Amino acid sequence: MGLLNVMGPAMVGPSSSHTLGALRIARFAHKLSEGIPENVEFVLHGSFSKTYKGHGTDRALLAGIMGLKQDDPKIKEAYKIADKTGIKYRFVFEDLGDVHPNTVRIKTYKSGITHEIEGASIGGGAIKITFIDSVACELSWDYDTLIIVNKDAPGILEKILEKINVNVANLYLRRINALLERALTIIELDEPIKDLSHIKKLPYIYECYFIRRDI
Amino acid sequence: MNTWKELIEFWKSSEMPFHEVILTAEMLETGDDPEIIKKELLNLLSIMMEEAEKQFGKKQETLTNLTGNNAYKLANTSPTYFGRFNYIATTTALSISESNAAMGKIVACPTAGASGIIPGIFYALKKEFKEKTEKLLPAFIVSGGVGNIIAKKATISGAAGGCQAEIGTATAMAAAGLVYYVSRDGVKAGHAASLALKSLMGLVCDPVGGFVEVPCVKRNGNAVNVAISSAEMALANIESKIPLDEVVDAMRIVGKSLPESLRETGEGGIAATPTARRLIESIRHFSN
Repeated sequence: MGLLNVMGPAMVGPSSSHTLGALRIARFAHKLSEGIPENVEFVLHGSFSKTYKGHGTDRALLAGIMGLKQDDPKIKEAYKIADKTGIKYRFVFEDLGDVHPNTVRIKTYKSGITHEIEGASIGGGAIKITFIDSVACELSWDYDTLIIVNKDAPGILEKILEKINVNVANLYLRRINALLERALTIIELDEPIKDLSHIKKLPYIYECYFIRRDI
Repeated sequence: MNTWKELIEFWKSSEMPFHEVILTAEMLETGDDPEIIKKELLNLLSIMMEEAEKQFGKKQETLTNLTGNNAYKLANTSPTYFGRFNYIATTTALSISESNAAMGKIVACPTAGASGIIPGIFYALKKEFKEKTEKLLPAFIVSGGVGNIIAKKATISGAAGGCQAEIGTATAMAAAGLVYYVSRDGVKAGHAASLALKSLMGLVCDPVGGFVEVPCVKRNGNAVNVAISSAEMALANIESKIPLDEVVDAMRIVGKSLPESLRETGEGGIAATPTARRLIESIRHFSN
């Protein structure tokens, strides 16, 4: 945990798992969609679906998807800000199966691109991103994270790794569309990548997102 | 260093003040520069003091409205029994806890549910001793040292260990800080922490409806006084017969043996009383 984790962080109440954790998952989705999406759907599961209003989980999620930081007092006004921003949002409730009780699935739509992530708030503000665009993973967001949609072909991963000059902590790769020959690669890194352009320039890289460590 | 005993031994064998020992131990484990940790901790403490100033005695509109005007009531009544220090500390603890329930900015020290206690104590120090925030930092670091040992050896999560792990930990941390502020004595600070944690041993986590309002807010208000009396006793050289490490181990075992209904599920304790059930019915629109 460490001293600073015990003594903090600064956040908006009332609950580290229901507001802080929820906000962080939504903020991850915000970064993945590269800004405030035009459209967002929050699918709430378990305890999240039962007590989302009394814990402010709804406002935390909305604040996160709009990119607000965890200690921003404006989180309380998330509905108002959302209406001003014009973002279309929807909360739905669903049993997502055998997952953590504080789980949310977030679907975003922006400039023709859709993303879907699933994450759980596992206590004390810690989170676990469990799916990104249908690829199962286990991201704590303790690392800088690189997310790439690439051609599902031999040698591509090698080319990507060649361009990354920092140490790889964890790596996930999965075919997402056999017909279109597309795979999704998620790479957790020990240090940030300074320049993405040489990765983006590689042939057969369709999408590339870099999500910096947040706390 | 995972035990209080090791920290104390390190302190006795070194020339450093105890709070520097805590920072050095942290550096040895995480590699973090003590100066950076100090700066971050001062930042957290400053946020606490600002919020305490801002929220002191204010009415709050909390998420479920089960609480919200307790700090206001206390701040607007002249105390019958309290000394000034307890009065400020208790009012601050209620103020911050209610602000937390109203989605205000807080420092989760050590958790959001127990976020009123440390600000209560440190704001009272600031006010009563007319102290600059920086001067409170050594005591704040010692509070952190206690919290860190509890987090490592046991837990600071109500869902895992009951309220003793949240309010109990915060109170032990606050008591140690209070003692260190005046004495700079690590051993006495440890005794104060033990006395506080023993007094709250077994405290269950039973929020009405699962929300961080009842009984959490008033527990924060009461707990600062346990911290103050524990510190007062330790400063009078009263020792805990059981050392802090063993008290923390006992707390962990008690936490494990608590049934799930008493660990933040909102299904037992105060949350299961007839009145609580009626209250939950009245705030049903906050649930799905």
